[in-house]
Amino acid sequence: MTMKKAQKLEIKDLSVTFESEIIKNISLKVEDREIISIIGPSGCGKSTLFNVVSGIIKQNKGLIKINGLEEKKRQGKFGYMFQEPLLFPWLKVLENVMLGFEIKGIEKKQAKIEAVYLLKKFDLFEYANLYPNSLSGGMKQKAALLRTIAFNSDILLLDEPFGLLDAITRSNLHLYLLDIWKKLGLTIIFTTHDIREAIFLSDRVYVLSKKPATVIDCIKINLSRPRKISDQTSKKFVELEKKIISLL
Amino acid sequence: MKKYFLSFLTAVISLFVWQITVMGFNIEAWILPSPSRIFVAFWQSRALIFYHLIPTLIEAVIGLTGAVFISIFIAIFMERYYAFQKIIYPFLIISQTIPFIILAPLLTLWFGFGLPPKIIIISLVCFFPITINLFDGFQGVDSSILRLLTSMGASQKQIFKLVKLPASLPSFFSGLRIASAYSILGAVVSEWMGADRGLGILLIRSTKSYLTDRVFAVIGIITLLSIFAVLLVEIIARILIPWHYYKLKIRK
Ligand SMILES: Nc1ncnc2c1ncn2[C@@H]1O[C@H](COP(=O)(O)OP(=O)(O)OP(=O)(O)O)[C@@H](O)[C@H]1O
Ligand SMILES: [Mg+2]
Repeated sequence: MTMKKAQKLEIKDLSVTFESEIIKNISLKVEDREIISIIGPSGCGKSTLFNVVSGIIKQNKGLIKINGLEEKKRQGKFGYMFQEPLLFPWLKVLENVMLGFEIKGIEKKQAKIEAVYLLKKFDLFEYANLYPNSLSGGMKQKAALLRTIAFNSDILLLDEPFGLLDAITRSNLHLYLLDIWKKLGLTIIFTTHDIREAIFLSDRVYVLSKKPATVIDCIKINLSRPRKISDQTSKKFVELEKKIISLL
Repeated sequence: MKKYFLSFLTAVISLFVWQITVMGFNIEAWILPSPSRIFVAFWQSRALIFYHLIPTLIEAVIGLTGAVFISIFIAIFMERYYAFQKIIYPFLIISQTIPFIILAPLLTLWFGFGLPPKIIIISLVCFFPITINLFDGFQGVDSSILRLLTSMGASQKQIFKLVKLPASLPSFFSGLRIASAYSILGAVVSEWMGADRGLGILLIRSTKSYLTDRVFAVIGIITLLSIFAVLLVEIIARILIPWHYYKLKIRK
């Protein structure tokens, strides 16, 4: 037996059918501390894939392994950020970010320290004591991202985490996320419609077909880290971009 | 305040027209007393009105409180146990069509003229709007938020405490607002079945003595009491669920 280190997450021959087939035999592997992005046409089944992986929806076929072991009950194992922010209107921004601690039964004081740290780091601290309804769409999304990070799982599933943000905030957030990723040793899988964003953040980009979703290709992004915003104009970057566009 | 100005003006003008009409046409006071006369009647019998107001208020408060507890209990049970919900829901809907006031004579027969039959009537009248609103509140919770909590591995208990309970508070308070007005009405009407004190009794006695001005004064007080009850609920709601009123308010 070889002692190869197990993948952080493995999806094997996954199929999901509602009225029609949504996901068809998707397999993908994610190494520890990798950042993986998933790109595919609207409605192809990216959110559905995350719903299955996170254990909210049952697959019709296939299995999911975490750290090399098949996991049937996966609730609570991932930090899952939904496509919509889904902040609780009855909790202030700070309390929303602390939600994960509450569910895990972690002491309030400690929870608050960590939540405040995240809010400060992501420039959201001045809104800590407001209710989400008074935030803009982009700020809500940011708060939802922090709530996901604060859930303290080492694997994050982020469903279009930057979709509602303006270009500048978005690119700031990319850098913050990379920083947190490195600090906390996270494994991140995210979906996006933005090819440049996918290349800039990821180690590999999975390209999915339209419904029923299958893996068309997996592109390795061999850009060195740490990455800078200026990398986005490099020759290598533009070539990768062209390659992915040709697949879609 | 500005947006209520026209309504306020309309009320003042109506009172004025009423006063002029009664004076101008010499309408007899036992048929239609003028507003000024009603106010004088109120002022002269203020001690009497206050004496009768106390038991009515006590009945309403106890009855409403009882209804709140029963409603919370039933609504949570319905939310928790699907079979219970299936069985009880039709009864709830049918019970809405029964004017519970008609049970008052029967309850008087069983429990006498004291406090208990009145409390029961008021609770019966009040419990429906609270129960149904609270239950609808539980049911109306955004399913995506429930899925979010499921993905986080939250227990049923946590889901209830963190989402269902807070999310249903606004509709609970809409139910309570209606019920609070009902509670005053229920108290007055239940007193008609028999009591020696209460605004309902004062109303009947004044009517029998053709003290029309006092009848109007008592009606006015009962109305004010209902409005006050609704306002009180509104104030409590604004304190307990500020986020509900915060919607779409511009951030500072
Ligand atoms: N609960 C459901 N029941 C039936 N069909 C569903 C359900 N949820 C999603 N679908 C269908 O599954 C398909 C994939 O939806 P999904 O939300 O996963 O797409 P997506 O790739 O995330 O799209 P987008 O990029 O727009 O977010 C769609 O055709 C959608 O209509
Ligand atoms: Mg989606």
